[in-house]
Amino acid sequence: MTDSKYFTTTKKGEIFELKADLNSDKKEKKKEAVKKVIASMTVGKDVSALFPDVVNCMQTDNLELKKLVYLYLMNYAKSQPDMAIMAVNTFVKDCEDPNPLIRALAVRTMGCIRVDKITEYLCEPLRKCLKDEDPYVQKTAAVCVAKLYDINPQLVEDQGFIDQLRDLLTASNPMVVANAVAALSEINDASQSGAALFDLNSQTINKLLTALNECTEWGQIFILDSLANYTPKDEREAQSVCERVTPRLAHANAAVVLSAVKVLMKFMEVMNPSGEYITTLTKKLAPPLVTLLSAEPEVQYVALRNINLIVQKRSDILKQEMKVFFVKYNDPIYVKLEKLDIMIRLASQGNIAQVLAELKEYATEVDVDFVRKSVRAIGRCAIKVEQSAERCVSTLLDLIQTKVNYVVQEAIVVIKDIFRKYPNKYESIIATLCENLDTLDEPEARASMIWIIGEYAERIDNADELLESFLEGFHDENTQVQLQLLTAIVKLFLKRPQDTQELVQSVLSLATQDSDNPDLRDRGYIYWRLLSTDPAAAKDVVLAEKPLISEETDLIEPTLLDELICYIGSLASVYHKPPSAFVEGRTAARRVLPTRAPGSGSTSPDSETTSTPVQQSTVILPSQGSQGDLIGDLLNMDLGPPMMGSSTTVPMAQTQDAAAIDLLGGGLDSLLGGPVASAPTPPPTTTATSSSPFTVAAAAPPASGSNAELLGGGAPAAQPAAAAPFGAQMGAGAPMGAGGNMGALGDIFGLGPSLGVTTSTGYVMPKTEWLPASKGKGLELSGTFSRRGREIYMDMTFNNKAMQQMGSFAVQLNKNSFGLVPASPLQVPSPLMPNQSVDVSLQLTTHGPVQRMDPLMNLQVAIKNNIDVFYFSSIVPIHCLFVEDGKMDKRVFLATWKDIPAANEKQFTMSNLPLDAETIDSKLENNNVFNIAKRNVEGQQMLYQSLKLSNGIWVLCEFKVSPGSPDIVVSLKSRAMDVADQVYGVLELICRN
Amino acid sequence: MIGGMFMYNHKGEVLISRVFRDDIGRNAVDAFASMSSTPAAGSFPVTNMARTSFFHIKRGNIWFAAVTKQNVNAAMVFEFLMKVSDVMSSYFGKITEDNVKNNFVLIYELLDEILDYGYPQNTDTGILKTFITQQGIKSQIKQQFGDQPLPKTKEEQSQITNQVTGQIGWRREGIKYRRNELFLDVLENVNLLMSPQGQVLSAHVAGRVVMKSYLSGMPECKFGMNDKLTVDKQGKESETAKTKTSIAIDDCTFHQCVKLSKFESERSISFIPPDGEFELMKYRTTKDISLPFRIIPLVREVGRTKMEVKVVVKSNFKPSILGQKIEVRIPTPLNTSGVQVLCMKGKAKYKASENAIVWKIKRMSGMKEAQISAEVELLPGAEKKKWARPPISLNFEVPFAASGLKVRYLKVFEPKLNYSDHDVIKWVRYISRSGLYETRC
Repeated sequence: MTDSKYFTTTKKGEIFELKADLNSDKKEKKKEAVKKVIASMTVGKDVSALFPDVVNCMQTDNLELKKLVYLYLMNYAKSQPDMAIMAVNTFVKDCEDPNPLIRALAVRTMGCIRVDKITEYLCEPLRKCLKDEDPYVQKTAAVCVAKLYDINPQLVEDQGFIDQLRDLLTASNPMVVANAVAALSEINDASQSGAALFDLNSQTINKLLTALNECTEWGQIFILDSLANYTPKDEREAQSVCERVTPRLAHANAAVVLSAVKVLMKFMEVMNPSGEYITTLTKKLAPPLVTLLSAEPEVQYVALRNINLIVQKRSDILKQEMKVFFVKYNDPIYVKLEKLDIMIRLASQGNIAQVLAELKEYATEVDVDFVRKSVRAIGRCAIKVEQSAERCVSTLLDLIQTKVNYVVQEAIVVIKDIFRKYPNKYESIIATLCENLDTLDEPEARASMIWIIGEYAERIDNADELLESFLEGFHDENTQVQLQLLTAIVKLFLKRPQDTQELVQSVLSLATQDSDNPDLRDRGYIYWRLLSTDPAAAKDVVLAEKPLISEETDLIEPTLLDELICYIGSLASVYHKPPSAFVEGRTAARRVLPTRAPGSGSTSPDSETTSTPVQQSTVILPSQGSQGDLIGDLLNMDLGPPMMGSSTTVPMAQTQDAAAIDLLGGGLDSLLGGPVASAPTPPPTTTATSSSPFTVAAAAPPASGSNAELLGGGAPAAQPAAAAPFGAQMGAGAPMGAGGNMGALGDIFGLGPSLGVTTSTGYVMPKTEWLPASKGKGLELSGTFSRRGREIYMDMTFNNKAMQQMGSFAVQLNKNSFGLVPASPLQVPSPLMPNQSVDVSLQLTTHGPVQRMDPLMNLQVAIKNNIDVFYFSSIVPIHCLFVEDGKMDKRVFLATWKDIPAANEKQFTMSNLPLDAETIDSKLENNNVFNIAKRNVEGQQMLYQSLKLSNGIWVLCEFKVSPGSPDIVVSLKSRAMDVADQVYGVLELICRN
Repeated sequence: MIGGMFMYNHKGEVLISRVFRDDIGRNAVDAFASMSSTPAAGSFPVTNMARTSFFHIKRGNIWFAAVTKQNVNAAMVFEFLMKVSDVMSSYFGKITEDNVKNNFVLIYELLDEILDYGYPQNTDTGILKTFITQQGIKSQIKQQFGDQPLPKTKEEQSQITNQVTGQIGWRREGIKYRRNELFLDVLENVNLLMSPQGQVLSAHVAGRVVMKSYLSGMPECKFGMNDKLTVDKQGKESETAKTKTSIAIDDCTFHQCVKLSKFESERSISFIPPDGEFELMKYRTTKDISLPFRIIPLVREVGRTKMEVKVVVKSNFKPSILGQKIEVRIPTPLNTSGVQVLCMKGKAKYKASENAIVWKIKRMSGMKEAQISAEVELLPGAEKKKWARPPISLNFEVPFAASGLKVRYLKVFEPKLNYSDHDVIKWVRYISRSGLYETRC
């Protein structure tokens, strides 16, 4: 006898036959008929017409038949609510049956029938069953409360079922406790009011922990999952819970292990981070996590996704276990990819050799996705572990030699990043890269290669030819490639203007005239105008020093990470997304890791200090709800600088004279040193803008002569251009014509009326004597440093106290901490007559060789004249190195502030300085220390500022101004704390002046 | 929690569909069906579509899928799916489409019992068999299950419910055997990854202690092995004995019958075993593994159309012991046109369909060496892509524990019945098999 015969297709009139069988007197026949009905139901056939007949079979003592009928009822009751009522009486009767299995069955099934009328009848039996003497009935009833809550939450609350559930937590049977806890947790999550309907307290916790030892594996999971929602009172309690949870790490069920890990990870937050207990716990966590990797691949996958989170949160747990993450040949691809990710996270100086050997092995495998990721991983290792960079690069070169197409492409993409991270180190391999130019067919690889060519155009002899070869199929390229090509050619032009003029013109016209892509067109126009107005400025903008890229890539944002840690083992931890991202409707309150209360438990002396940064950071952390405000703030901030506001006042009616008089003319002249034969004219701008890919506002070059002409060129136009909201992103919402466009652009670059405003310089120290006449054989030299219009200047006064003329002055700077070198030769009017004194400004750049000095800001200078060479040293005030784009994005600021460890924070007090926040802000703003946010916290004014040094080091500052007190507390955070003292020094100076 | 559970055949047709929660509609069943009919081999085991998450595992030709719209415990869902497949196979043998169809009423009854509103309940087969009314139908071999008839009396009924929910949910009371007997199998999988130069890149032993118990009553057992920590704790042995015989276990997990808190505090393994066969513990070791075999590969490409392969297998254990079922698998490139093999011991064959030379040796005693050499002819040119050179893998079986684990004792106490530890007949057996035992070449 097999059941598969029920699946065979039915002939006509089958329903009729079934009906007859269902009403038969013979038990066997009835049973057969119900089975047939259920088989039809499974394959999706409609057998609802048989409802009354099936329900008639319900009243039987035969448990088997009863179960079958119930199965049918659950499926069809919803579509036949009136008929379902017929079953109610039997249900209620069954709930009183002497057989506990039948009682439980009835309660279980009733809860699954989502019909209001039935629900009403359910209450009484449910109440009884919750108090049933039999644990099997009780545990079934507990789950039934959760079912009922889903149908009618109000009813459950009114009937007091929740209290009854709570009572079950103290039941003697472990499974009853487990199911009650599961039901309560679910009700809590689903609760509309959001208010917790049940809270765990130390007593219930104790009860749960006892049940934990005795119940089934699934029950243990329910209990552990709800334990994870409990926030322990203090360290002692956390420890005692952890002690009773740790044995679960040896359970055979991976879910039990992961849930136990979750509880431990969460409770560890409350403990003293340097305490002994944490250390032992950390040791205990590693082996079970490793064991999970020998489970079935699906479980391995879940485990690996979680390990990925755990490693990011507490890297020390698995730092010794690199080898277990080595990929096995037969691992499914999803396991391989995850393992690779974790390998990179665990890579360190100690194990990098092993990791690299493995990665190289993987890069020769067959699976394309995996190979690609392996190659990428090699690049990430290079960036993460500096000592390994050289080996990584040579490994990548080896791989490029294999000529396997996708390997080569992937390698080029990562090599680009390596160049960014370690400039001027590995450029010798460019030649090898160029050999593979023809094989690149993926946009990302092409774009990367083009970037490399553009960036190092001066070292590649045939850079122009290479780029030109790309230009032929310009329109078939991906946008990414087009944008890179445009930038690269402009870079090339700026570096080698003599022979690449045609190239730049053709790319500019391709980008601006023939392209439909607004991003590309905008970038094209901006370059065009930059080149035409002020090539020097163009150089500054296009060839500006790039900030270094960070070491760790793909890190999960810290607040999200903390949230995900609370969801270890669950789907959220597998997707690496908060539940709200994939769960519908009711979103349970966001879970956060408990924080260690200051001075809790056994307060060790250092616990106070370690907890302070946490508190501080919480002040500026916006909760999710206030995100709207944040964006508002950001917009307001953008409006801040005065020159932006002024752009709205520019007369918009101006239109452009055909092409604003030889736009490229003057600019190119100065660059090429000769007249240009045919200066191209850009077409009238018809539309302008979507968001432009780079920040225009940051590019404010010093005013030069040609701007007046540019602005003045606003004669009536032959061709009225379409209005375009170009200025929108700069805060000027009004539409403007093409001429206005020019005006706006001029404004961006700090030209025209706002000229006076933007050239105001920061604080300059008075000149000090650098070289007394006695030591300089009559030459007396005093000087200072200043920053004006994005440039650093060394302002010197030469005084000839000797009896003879001086001439042939030259200057040389020793290697220094920030790579300062003269931008141009020293220009001292010579001869310098006896007793004559002259002021000279020497422009400096930061592109020179870098060597760390002690003191940090020490600058050794050699001055030569016709008499002798003189050496002296001076101190460069660090604020001259604060760059103009030191304004951090607000969110980045928040993340960075949190991310920088507390050890990298320094606090200073400016005593006796009665300034208010506004004054400080404006003083700092002039010196490129930018305000990110202002907050009022308990009457204190908090200022958050950011600044960036010319070598890309960011320093984040927090100013605390208390109204009554003359003291200002300043906290500085940076990844490189060496500069902190210097920075604070100048900040105080700036504030005091 | 789990919203629905479905089973599909390899064509994506629904065999079993059971919805536990209201938020899962019939369309979810079909959505997965369309997905599972074309799943790439490596497709992720969890996917999210339209805010619905699908978990799936495959057993034989059958897909088991669980569906949910909530943030469920993912590890639990997979563990549960695997448990479901275990429970089913203990009822009706292999999971095949026919078997599933033959037993669909049973499957529904089981699902109803082990998953309530998406919460897994007791899944122990021994207990389930006492109160599930349907009986498994095995294909061909018709085997009756559950020797005792379904309970009728009130006492029996409540006894069942107590077992289902009770502290010892895995064993029923009143079991009687004339002969009290138990079997212990220490089964180890030796995993190795070795570089061509013979450097061990990673090696570990994944071991299991499987117990078959035929004991009367509710016996309490205590299991002891030469685990370093336990031995150290007792600390009675002399120093030399300790270092010689004890092994370091990296981690171990236990069957739910083992009292974990007792293991944590005293490191003693005590339990009341389920009746019949079960896996008492799993463990993992990485230190001092005696690798039974060593492979020395030599692969040389001679020109573009020929490749020479020489592989030496060395057995590395006592000469008195016999290794069995040795099989060396030497991968060959995809463009192989012909292979000539030469080996003194065993039989070797080139299997074109598997792209490998398979060399089988039935038996090999310890401290011996065997060699194979082969010439592989390649089709020129066709393969532009580089051959990935998969590792050479080895299968074997040896009658000792590669980790060095030894069972020191297994004591049985049954206070209520009158048999003592000495009356129980005990058998212990050690087998090490190859897990992933690979040497790169």
